[in-house]
Formats: sequence, structure tokens, C-alpha cells
Amino acid sequence: MPMGLFWFLAALSVLSALGVVLQRNPLHCLLSLVLTLLTIAVLFIGQDAVVVGFLQAIVYAGAIMVLFLFVIWLLNVPVETRPTGHLAFKFFGMIAVAALLAELAVFVLPPHLKVKYSGHPAGYGSIEALAQSLFSDYLIAFEITSILLLVAVIGAVALARRSSEIEIKERAQDAARVEKAA
Amino acid sequence: MTMVPLTYLMALSAAIFAIGVVGFLTRRNILVMFMSIELMLNAVNLAFISLGSRLGSMDGQVIVFFVMTVAAAEAAVGLGIIITIFRNRETVHADDLTLLRW
Repeated sequence: MPMGLFWFLAALSVLSALGVVLQRNPLHCLLSLVLTLLTIAVLFIGQDAVVVGFLQAIVYAGAIMVLFLFVIWLLNVPVETRPTGHLAFKFFGMIAVAALLAELAVFVLPPHLKVKYSGHPAGYGSIEALAQSLFSDYLIAFEITSILLLVAVIGAVALARRSSEIEIKERAQDAARVEKAA
Repeated sequence: MTMVPLTYLMALSAAIFAIGVVGFLTRRNILVMFMSIELMLNAVNLAFISLGSRLGSMDGQVIVFFVMTVAAAEAAVGLGIIITIFRNRETVHADDLTLLRW
């Protein structure tokens, strides 16, 4: 990957990541997030991780983000008109993040991070190499992933389904009790 | 073909991760907090790919594959929870959900 391309992508990904955090309209946050994911996908492809890079673009920036978009539209989320949350929370959050960054810098900066680049073997990052790893060394993890997805699908359906009348009545009673206590 | 120095890539990954943490701690909109988690996941993915690329090993890419699967499952369940919360409480603001706080 040429250095110029790297600097362009790095600047774009950091700016769009800041856009996720700083923008008031959740829809704009989401579009910034999609841009971040796409720049990271290009960074993957630039490092010969071609299959994973395309998966990132199609599955992550495509499918998962459409799910987010769908929920934002479904809930009709309002634009925030003023800063929210406690100031103290933000203050201590910033201190925590500064500490985290300092710690990461210790690991990332040259004296500690010594990895010798030995060149990529033939077929590195191809779908054959990925499948070879996935279906030999990581076979059990791969099978467990299928169970995870099954459980997630069942869980999502159970959560988002319409409630029965009995449940709605119980919930109304709970809400009345909470209001009386408050 | 020039190689981007590993330090730069890891620094970029650390920066995106820190931005994700800031977003999670400062924003109170549940959906934006959720997006910040996705940012953090992707920063870690970038670190995995960069290190795997330098070591000439496929393991990093396989782990990223698994992270993507877990992120998909997380998005499905998490957004289901958000929809349920919204249906019951008409809010996506994390500070409004104080039923379990005393």
C-alpha cells in the first residue's frame, strides 16, 4: 500500500470516527460509521487480507449497517438539540480515555513492538488460505459460531415479537406500580 | 511494494479505539453508544489484520472473521433490545432508564 494512500485513509477513518461521536443526528452518525468501516476495509485489502476486506465491506458496512438504519427509521429517533449526560461523567471519561491512550502508546510505539516482516506466503489472504485455517485449526470455534448465530436469531425474534394480551396487561400493572412508588 | 510501518497502523487502530471509548462514555443515545461499540470492534479488527499481515499468518484474518460474526449476532440482539425498550418506554436515552437504579 503506498504511503500516500495510507495517510489519506488514516485521516478519513479518524475524521469519520470523530463524526460518529460528535454529530447530533443519529442518521449522520450512522453514515459516518459506514465511511469508517469502508476505509478500514480498504486498509484490510491493502494488506493482502482481500477476502476479509470484501467481507467487511459487504457484510459489515452493508448488511449490519442497514440493520442499524432500519432501526433508526423504525424508531424515528429525534435529533439531539443540546448536549446530554452529566458533565462529571464526561470529565472522568476523558481522563480514563487519556490513561487508556497512554497505555496503548506504550505498547504501540517502537521500543516494544518488534515484529519481523518475513514476506507473505503464496496465496496469503486468499479464500483458500482462509478456508484452510477455518476448517482445520478453528473448526470447533467455527461450529460454535453457528450455534451462536442460531441463538442470536431466536433471541432477536423472541425480543422483538408482539406481546400477548396477558403480557400487555401485566406490563400495565407493573407500570402503574412503578408510578405509585415514584 | 512499500509496507506501511506497523507502528502507524497500530497507532491508527489505537486512535479509533479511543474515539469509540469516548463516544461510549459521552453519548447517552443508546443507538450512538451501540455505534461506538462497533467502532471499537473495528479498531481491534484493524490491529489483528495488521499484525497478522506482518507475521505472514492467517490466524489474524480468521479471528476477524469470528469478530464479524459476533458483531452480527450482537447487532441483531442489541437492536432487538433497543426496539423492546422503545416500545415500552418511548425513549432511546440511556439516562431515562433508571428503573433498576436507586
